[in-house]
Amino acid sequence: MINFQYVRTSVVKTALGLIGKDPKASFIAGGTNLIDLMKRGVTAPDKLIDINYLPLKKIEEIDHVLHVGALASNSELAENMIVKDKFPLLMLALQAGASAQLRNMATVGGNMMQRTRCAYFYDTTMPCNKRAPGSGCGAIGGYNRMHAIFGASEACIAVHPSDMCVALVALDAKVVIAHTKGERKINFIDFHRLAGNTPEKDNNLQKGELIVRLEIPLNNLNKNFHYLKVRDRSSYAFALVSVAAALDIQNNIIHTARLAMGGVAHKPWRLIAAENFLKGKNPTVANFEEAAKIAMNGAKGFGENDFKLKMAPNSIIEALTVAKAKS
Amino acid sequence: MEFFVDENDRVDGIAKVTGKAKFFAEYEVPGLTYGVLVTSTVTKGKITAIDSKAASNAPGVLAVVSHLNKPSVAGYEQEGGSPMKIFYTDQIFYNGQPLAIVVADTFERATYAATLVQVSYAKEDFNTDFEKSISDSTVKKLQGQTPYKRGIEDAYKTAEVQLEQKYHLPVETHNPMELHGIIADWRPNDQVTVYAKTQGVKATQNTIANVFKIPVDKVQVNSEFVGGAFGMALRTWPLEIATIIASKHLAKPVKLVITRDQMFTMVGNRPASYQKIGIGATKDGKLTGITHTAFGQSATYENFTEGVVNMSKFMYQCENVNTNYYVIPLDMGVPIWMRGPGEATGAFALESAIDEMAHALDMDPLEFRIKNDPEIDQVQKRPFSSKYIKEAYKLGADKIGWNERKNKPGSIVDGAWQIGYGVSVGVFGAGRGRATVKGILKADGSLVLQSAASDIGPGTGTGMTLIASKLMNIPVGKITFELGDSSLPPAPSQGGSATLSTVGSAVNDVCVALKATIVELAANANMDATANFVDVLKKNNLAMIEKTIQSSQNNPEAKNYSMYSFSIHFVQVRVHQLTGVVKVSKIVSVGDAGTIVSPKTARSQMVGGAVGGIGMALTEEALLDHRYGRYINNNFADYHVPVHADVPEIDVIFINKPDLIVNPMGAKGMGEIALIGFSAAVANAVFNATGKRIRTLPITPDKVLEA
Repeated sequence: MINFQYVRTSVVKTALGLIGKDPKASFIAGGTNLIDLMKRGVTAPDKLIDINYLPLKKIEEIDHVLHVGALASNSELAENMIVKDKFPLLMLALQAGASAQLRNMATVGGNMMQRTRCAYFYDTTMPCNKRAPGSGCGAIGGYNRMHAIFGASEACIAVHPSDMCVALVALDAKVVIAHTKGERKINFIDFHRLAGNTPEKDNNLQKGELIVRLEIPLNNLNKNFHYLKVRDRSSYAFALVSVAAALDIQNNIIHTARLAMGGVAHKPWRLIAAENFLKGKNPTVANFEEAAKIAMNGAKGFGENDFKLKMAPNSIIEALTVAKAKS
Repeated sequence: MEFFVDENDRVDGIAKVTGKAKFFAEYEVPGLTYGVLVTSTVTKGKITAIDSKAASNAPGVLAVVSHLNKPSVAGYEQEGGSPMKIFYTDQIFYNGQPLAIVVADTFERATYAATLVQVSYAKEDFNTDFEKSISDSTVKKLQGQTPYKRGIEDAYKTAEVQLEQKYHLPVETHNPMELHGIIADWRPNDQVTVYAKTQGVKATQNTIANVFKIPVDKVQVNSEFVGGAFGMALRTWPLEIATIIASKHLAKPVKLVITRDQMFTMVGNRPASYQKIGIGATKDGKLTGITHTAFGQSATYENFTEGVVNMSKFMYQCENVNTNYYVIPLDMGVPIWMRGPGEATGAFALESAIDEMAHALDMDPLEFRIKNDPEIDQVQKRPFSSKYIKEAYKLGADKIGWNERKNKPGSIVDGAWQIGYGVSVGVFGAGRGRATVKGILKADGSLVLQSAASDIGPGTGTGMTLIASKLMNIPVGKITFELGDSSLPPAPSQGGSATLSTVGSAVNDVCVALKATIVELAANANMDATANFVDVLKKNNLAMIEKTIQSSQNNPEAKNYSMYSFSIHFVQVRVHQLTGVVKVSKIVSVGDAGTIVSPKTARSQMVGGAVGGIGMALTEEALLDHRYGRYINNNFADYHVPVHADVPEIDVIFINKPDLIVNPMGAKGMGEIALIGFSAAVANAVFNATGKRIRTLPITPDKVLEA
C-alpha cells in the first residue's frame, strides 16, 4: 500500500512547523476532496497533518467585520445567525454547494483549497498539465462542456468548482494566512490564480502556510441579493454557470453593485467592469442587460462550452432581476 | 424496537432496514481472499507483456492471474462461442477490459498491488464514436432484426401531412447502488459455491457449469438479496468467471467487488441509439404511414440487439408500417438490457414523433392518440387480451389537469418560467414463462413456498406471499417465500417484467394443488370439505404436506390474443426562459397492468420508473472521449441520476382490472412500462412549454438554451 504518516495537533504553530519540515506533507481538514484525490492516485502525500483540532472554528463579528475561522464547516457557516442576517448571499452560495453530507464535513479553508473537477485531472491515464505539468491539456479538443470561458490558457481551461468562493469574492472578503513568522492578509480576489503556464498552482498560498480565517466587512448588501446556480440537476452538481449578485439600492439608484461568476474561470470571477457600469444607474432590465454584455467582454468558448457565452449573460440578468425584486 | 407492518408491506422490509438482509458481498466465508482487477488503458490492440513481478512480491499478494498463466477452463477450449473468454487471449476489445486479477489477503493490499502490474500494449486504431459511425459508410452495420413491412413501404412520403425526424439517445448506465461482483468458493472436489449478484440464480448456475464443464448440481448459487440491477445482472459477466478462475487456481474463496468507474465498462449499458421516424397522416388526423429505422450501438466481440422498433408496429392504427433496425459494432463493452430496454429507446422516438404530428395537425396530442387507437393487434391480427388505454388516458388527464394545457406552445408563463404539459404511452409484452414452485403446508398453520426466483428489488416475495395468502386464506405473516438459491425448484431470470406472472402462476397452481389435497384428506378423515387445513392435517396425523408444481407456460387460450401491459405518463414541466433549466413539476403515471396483486410494491415500481424516466429525459448520459475510448464521467458526481430535489410528487393510478388470459391472477407485468415512454412525455412537455423540440437526450439546460 502507499503508506503515509498521520499526525494531529491542536496548536497552529506546531502545524506550521510540521508542514514546513516536510515538502510532501499535506494538511487535512474535512478531507472531502483530498481523500478522493488520494484514492484516484492524483496525489500521494507522505504525511497528513490533521488540523481539525486547531482552534479555528469561531464565527464572530468584531468591529464591523465578520471573522470566520478556517475550520468552520460549510454547514455551520450557512446556518450562522450573523451570516443569515448580514451576509445572506454567502448563505445562499454555501447552500448551493455539494450535498448536505459534504457540507457538514467540508471546511471553509478546505472549500477554498479544493481542486478542479476536470475529468482529465482525475483520470491518471489522460494528459493534464495541472496534474502532470507538460503532459498536455485533455480538455482542449476534448470534453470541455464544464470548462472556462474567461482567462483560460493554452495549458489549462479548467474551472474552480466552489460556490462559496464566488460569494466571498463578491463580498470583498480578505484571507488571513499564517506562517511560521506571523500572519499576512490578502484580498480574496488575489487568493486564487489564473492557470497561465503554471496550472499546477491553483492559488497563491505558499508552501508552509495555512489559511486561518476570513474577514468579511459589513455592507449594505443584505437586502437585494441572489446566488443563481445553473446546473444539470437540482442538487449535487457543479455549476455550468453561477452568479453572485448583490445590489445596494437607494431611491431607485444602485449605490453599490457586486457581481461574480462561478464555473467560468480558473478562479472565482469578479465582474468589476459590470459593477462599475451599474453604479449610479437605475435597476432596470435594460441596465442589467448592458451590464451582462460588459461582463462578457473577452469571453471565449472551446466548442462544447460555447453555450456558456449565452447562459452566462442570461444568468447575470436573471440574478440581478431576482436580487432587485427582493425587498 | 417494534415495527408496525401491515399485510401489504414488503415481507423483507424489516430485514432490509435493519441490516439483517445480506447482499452478496456481505457473506463471511472462512479464509476469504480479495480480488482486484487490472484493466486495459488502451481501447484496442494486443497485450505484448504483463510485468507482475512487483505486484506478486507486494505484501499479502497470493496470485496474479492473467492469460499468461491461464488455468485450464474446459469450456473455453471448445471452438467458437461469442461470450468473451476472460484471460484467454492477448486481444483487447475495449478500454477498461479486465486483463488480470490480483488476489491478496486484504482488499487494500490487492488494490495497491493491482496498481503495480505493468501491462505493455501493441495499440491499434479503434472506433468508439457512435454518432460519427452512423453516416460513415466504412463502418460496418449489422441487421439487428428482420425488417418488418405492412402495407406500402414508406407510405408517409405520400401522405397529406408528412413529417420526418431524427432522435438521438446517449449511452446510459444501469449503475444500481450495489456494486457488481461475486464471492467464489471453488472446492478441491470441483464443487463451487458462489454468492452472486444476479437476476437469475439458475442462469448463473448454468453458465458456470458450462464454462467449467462441471455438472450443474456441483454449482451452488446464492443470491437472496440484490441491491438493484435494472437488467445489468441478467447475465454472468467475464469478471465473475475471472473470480471463479482465481478461486480455482488458488483453491481459496475469492471476493471481487468492482469499483464505481468499472460499473461503466464491465457490466453493460443502454446502448446509444439513432432513430429516424417518418410519419404521415390525413389532414383530419388519421395515421397513414409510419417508417421507423433505428441504429443501436453494439460491441465487436459480442453482439447485442433489442426491441427498439417493436412498439411502432402495433401501437397505433395504421395500414402502412415498415421498420428496420441495425446495430453498429464498436470498440466498447457490450451493452445489455436496461430497464424498459429497447422499447424505452423506441418509445422516445415514436412518442415524440406522434406529438410532433399532432402539433402539425393542430390537434390535442391526446385526442390524436385516441383517434388512432387500434382495436386489434395489426401485426398478429388478433385482439388484445386486455387494453383499457382510453380509460387510462381519461383518468390521467383528469388527474394532471390536462384541460389547463394550451395546444399552442409557450402559452403559459409564470414569471421567468414557461409551463407545459406532455403525454406519452408505454407498452411492453405481458408474456409469461415457466416456473416450478414447491409448497409446504404445515400443521402449525404456516406455508413455505420455494422457487429459484430472484428479487432485484421489486418485491418478489411480497407479491408471491400475497397471491398465496389470498388463495389459501392464510395471513401473510404465516407464509414464507424462499428464493435466490439455485438448489430450489427452477424459475426463470427476473427480467422482462415477467416474474409476477410466471412465478406467481406457479404459486397459484401449487396453492390450488395443496387445497385439493386438503379436501381429499378431509374426506378421508370424514371431515367437512371446508375444514381448516390445520385441523385436517392434525386429524390425519400429518406434520405437513408438500406439492411441487411446474406451471404451464400459458393459458391455452392465450394463443388467440396479443398480451401487453400499457402505461400512460403525464407530466407538467417548468422551463426557465433565461437559463434553460427544466423542472418536472407534476407527474401522473397510469398503469394498465391487470390486477394489482401487491399495491405498495406496484406503486413503488411506477414511482421508480418515473424517477428513472426523469434521469433518462433530463440528466443521464455516459460520455466517452473518442480520442481515448474512455468514459470521462464515470462516477456519481458527474454521471447525473436524479436527486430528490428533481423529483416532484408522483401520482400513480392503476386501472386494476384482471386479465385472466395472461394468468390466473389476472396480473400483467409493470417493471418496464413504468419507464417506457416517460422521456417522451417530458420532451413533449418541454415543447408545449417553449415551442422548442429537443430530439437528443438528455434535455440539459444548454440544449434548451441553444434550441
